[in-house]
Amino acid sequence: MNYLASVGSYAIMIREVFKKPTKWRIMKSLILKEIDELIFSSLGIIIFISFFIGAVVAIQTALNLTNPLIPRDLIGFATRQSVILEFAPTFVSIIMAGKVGSYITSSIGTMRVTEQIDALEVMGVNSLNYLVFPKIIAMLFYPFAIAISMYVGIFGGWMAGVFGGFLTSEDFITGLQSDFVPFHIAYAFVKTLIFAFVIATIPSFHGFYMKGGALEVGKASTTSFVWTSVVIIILNYILTQLLLG
Amino acid sequence: MIEVRDIHKSFGDAHILKGITTTFEKGKTNLVIGQSGSGKTVFLKCLLGLFEPEEGGIAYDGKLYSEHTDDEKRDLRQEMGMVFQGSALFDSMTVEGNVMFPLEMFTKQSKSEMKERVDAVLKRVKLIDAHHKFPSEISGGMQKRVAIARAIVMNPKYLFCDEPNSGLDPKTAIVIDDLIKEITEEYNITTVINTHDMNSVMQIGEKIIFLKDGLLEWEGTKNEIFKTDNEAVTNFVYSSDLFKKVRQMYIQEQN
Repeated sequence: MNYLASVGSYAIMIREVFKKPTKWRIMKSLILKEIDELIFSSLGIIIFISFFIGAVVAIQTALNLTNPLIPRDLIGFATRQSVILEFAPTFVSIIMAGKVGSYITSSIGTMRVTEQIDALEVMGVNSLNYLVFPKIIAMLFYPFAIAISMYVGIFGGWMAGVFGGFLTSEDFITGLQSDFVPFHIAYAFVKTLIFAFVIATIPSFHGFYMKGGALEVGKASTTSFVWTSVVIIILNYILTQLLLG
Repeated sequence: MIEVRDIHKSFGDAHILKGITTTFEKGKTNLVIGQSGSGKTVFLKCLLGLFEPEEGGIAYDGKLYSEHTDDEKRDLRQEMGMVFQGSALFDSMTVEGNVMFPLEMFTKQSKSEMKERVDAVLKRVKLIDAHHKFPSEISGGMQKRVAIARAIVMNPKYLFCDEPNSGLDPKTAIVIDDLIKEITEEYNITTVINTHDMNSVMQIGEKIIFLKDGLLEWEGTKNEIFKTDNEAVTNFVYSSDLFKKVRQMYIQEQN
């Protein structure tokens, strides 16, 4: 019953986010600030994780290719498919649910605890629009981060494959280009956009409606990470079934 | 002027406000006192329009809040200034940014006009060199002054303060009390203060209402509070030996 009530509150929150907009002059600077905090500040960790995930995928694939009849360029193919279809959009989104999500929950939660949200409401500001809308818009740039993740992941696979002595650069590139389905890119970015919305809104919900003090801010951050991850995993399944099934 | 007409407010089974009727006049500092849990904060939030009473209503200059359209409610909110217990300054903004915030949100003033107004208001609350400091870099007393500056920057008709002296040393508390009283008279606004601080009651309380268990137990002036024989009020206000002696001295003087 509680879960249903939460889903209802979440839906009401989303409706409120788009009502009574904040002045564009102020909103513009809020959006730029959020792009910096949510996207640019996450690029380092995204690049780091993507590089090593791509490298590990290439090595694991190479180590499992024991049959000499299977061409080595499969390593490039497997790296591309794994990184583009799952690791970049889904795995990185789970990481972002932790990094960006906990930042969103704790920053909004702290504003709740210190009555800053009440101060906004008293002034007549639509606090949900002021706080959450810029985050949603900033997260529209998330697919660019995922595009970088895809590139770096494949580059990591190439580095590990070639410099690890598992295959030649030519083989890797041949694998990379074989059986390419452009729709897979569209599928990955549709997923990414939906995950971006989830990463912006679920942690905002947990921060905005939290009650209590500093300890509860920490608890809300943990809860928001768990729920954001759960929703991403479930949506990943549904979207894969709908778009590729 | 604010007229509170028999307001009731409940949360689930908890009946917090059980029918409060009173009036807060323009240009006066009105104090709401009462023990923790007496309903003071809910009462203040009703006055601010954050909670709507289930029964009764609150009229601002003669018009009930519930009769306002959404746009009128928004306009009314802009005529209210609020000083929160913990100041509630925006951490990510400087002192200047905090005070300028309502102007940026709700006026079409140019940057230089806004800056001029912010300078004037900060000067009024005696904060000269703190414009570019962040809330975490200034003292609690200074934060309260910034909160007052932010509350009056839009020339409000109504000023609400929730425990404005909490966490302040007695000297700074007196400075804040005096500042609120001066501003109330200077701007001719209706000020309502929630407080536990009996020094404030004695110093600036022109009208005092005492809430007990969600009911208005007593109301009067600060002179009347010395003479009252209402047991609940005397137990609360004169719970300390110091205030008992002050009261005795006042009564002896009167006799």
